[in-house]
Amino acid sequence: MRLFSAIPFASAALALAVLTLAAPSAPAADTVDPVKDATAFKKFFTDKFPKVKLEDFVNGPYSMNEDLHRQWEEKEQFPPYEFSLEMGKEMFTKPFKNGKSYEDCFPNKGIGIRQNYPYFDEKEGKVVTLELALNRCREANGEPAFSYVKDEMAALTAYMAFTSRGKPMDIKIPNDPRALEAYEKGKEYFYTRRGQLNFSCATCHVQSPGERIRAEVLAPALGILNAMPIYRSEWSGMGTTSRRFTTCNSQIRGVPLSPQDDEYRNVEYYLSYVSNGLPISGPGARP
Amino acid sequence: MASTIRVRATSNGDTTEVQALIQHPMDSGFVKDAKGEIIPPHFIQQLTFEYDGRNVFAADWGGGVSKDPYVKFAFKGGKKGDDLKISWIDNKGATDTTTAKIQ
Amino acid sequence: MDRTDTRFSAPRRLILQAIGAVALVGLGNIPFAGGAFAAANDKYPDEAFKAKTEADAIKALYGKTAEASDRVKLDAPEIAENGAVVPVSVTTTLPDVTSISFLVSENPVVLVASYKIPAGTMPSVANRIKMAKTSNVIVVVEAGGKVYSTTKEVKVTVGGCGG
Repeated sequence: MRLFSAIPFASAALALAVLTLAAPSAPAADTVDPVKDATAFKKFFTDKFPKVKLEDFVNGPYSMNEDLHRQWEEKEQFPPYEFSLEMGKEMFTKPFKNGKSYEDCFPNKGIGIRQNYPYFDEKEGKVVTLELALNRCREANGEPAFSYVKDEMAALTAYMAFTSRGKPMDIKIPNDPRALEAYEKGKEYFYTRRGQLNFSCATCHVQSPGERIRAEVLAPALGILNAMPIYRSEWSGMGTTSRRFTTCNSQIRGVPLSPQDDEYRNVEYYLSYVSNGLPISGPGARP
Repeated sequence: MASTIRVRATSNGDTTEVQALIQHPMDSGFVKDAKGEIIPPHFIQQLTFEYDGRNVFAADWGGGVSKDPYVKFAFKGGKKGDDLKISWIDNKGATDTTTAKIQ
Repeated sequence: MDRTDTRFSAPRRLILQAIGAVALVGLGNIPFAGGAFAAANDKYPDEAFKAKTEADAIKALYGKTAEASDRVKLDAPEIAENGAVVPVSVTTTLPDVTSISFLVSENPVVLVASYKIPAGTMPSVANRIKMAKTSNVIVVVEAGGKVYSTTKEVKVTVGGCGG
C-alpha cells in the first residue's frame, strides 16, 4: 500500500494493539487492576479498624483483641517457634548429598528474599510459591521432597521468613496476561463460597475480622500471610501456608485441594499482592 | 546432640533476668492419640538454675506445665560473662544440662 | 550441695522434714540422676502432685492452709487463647518469699508447678501452663513461714475454626 494511507492504518493497528494489551482476558466485565485492588483492600481494613496501624494487621487476631495481644506479647518474649527456626537455619546451611545447598537455588543465597514470594514464573506460566521453590530445589539436587504442611518445610520457610523480617511484602505482577489471569483467579477463589458451610475466605477474613467464630477471634485478610509459617497453639506445632489452606478447607467442610494446587498458588499470589507494603513478620505464633 | 535448653540471661548490673525455653513434650498422661490410646506421661519434674555454686531457682513441675516449657525469674547478682548452669530431669529419668553465659 | 543450707528458714526445714518423713514412702520410684541433682535441695513433692484439691495440694506442699492476700498479684488472661499454653505470672510485695506455686482447680492434677525462691531471688515468676477448661488459677506464695494465695478465673474455650 502507499505510504500516506499506511500511517493511519498503522496507528489504527497500534491503537488496537494497545487496547488489547490494556484489557487482558478477564472473566468479569471490568478490567483487572491489581493496583486499584490493593489500594481498595488496604482502605477497606484501615477504614474498618481506624485504631490499628497498617503494619499491625500482620499480627492477625492479635491486632483485633487486647487480651489476646497481651498473651501473644508474653509468648513472643521467647516464642514457641524458636526450635523450628533454629532447625530451619541448620537445615538451610547444610549441604545436600551432592555438595550443593539451598543457597545455590535462590537469589542472594536465599537470605532476605521471602518477601518476593510467590512470583509469576513466565517460563512455566504459573505462580511459584516459596514452598514449591524449596521442594524443586531439593528434587533438582537429588533429594526427596518434603511434605508441604509442616516439620521440615515449616522450619525452612521459618528461617527464610526470619531473614526477611521487617521487609515489606513485594509481590510483582509482570506485564504478562497469564500473570494477571493467575492474580484474577486467585482473587476469584478468595471470594468464592465453598464447602458445606458455604463460606468463602472473605466470609471470615473480610466480613468478620475481629469477630468470633465459635471461640476463635478471626484475623483480617490484610497481611494474613505475612506471618507465615506459624506456630499454632491449636496444632501444638508449626504449619505452613499449605497447612492453613488445606485445614481451612476442611474446617468449612469442603474437600481440601492438594498443597500447591493451582488454586492455592493463585490465591496465595492474590493475597500476598494485596498486602504489598506490609512487613514480613514470620515466623509467627497464633492461637 | 544439641541441648534442649535455650537460655537468655541478662544482667543489668544489679539483677540478672533469666528466661528459659526447653524443648520437651511435657505429656501429661491424660491425652489420647489418634488411635484413642493414652499417650504416657512424659514431663520434666525438676529443673534447677545454678549460679556461683548455689541454686538461684528451682522448679518442681507436673504434666500441667505447657509443652516446650518456659519460665522467667530474676535474681540479685550475676554479671556479664558469668556462668549459669541449668539442669533438668524428667519422669523417665532422662536429663539435660547446659551452661549459659550471662549477657 | 550442702543439705544443711541455712539460707532456708527454720520453719521451712522443719516442714520439709515432716513431709519428707511421710512422703518418703511414695518417693522410692522417682529416679535421680546423681550429678545434676545433687544440687536439688528437696525431693520432688510427689504427694502434692497427687492431690485432688487445692487445699490438699497446698497442705502437702507447705503443711498449712493459705490465706487470701492482695499483696500477691496474679497476671493471667481473661480468656485463654488456647488452654494448652496459658501464660501466667505472679509478683508479690510480701517479704521473705521462699516458694511460689501455681494450681488450676479444674485440672486433673491440681498442682501445676512449684518454685523454690532462695534468698536473693526475686519473688516473681512467669510460666506457661495447661488448663483443661475454664477454671480458677490459684497462685500460692510461702513467705515468712506463712502461706498466702490469690485466685483468678480464666476462661478456656474449645477452639473454633481458627483465625
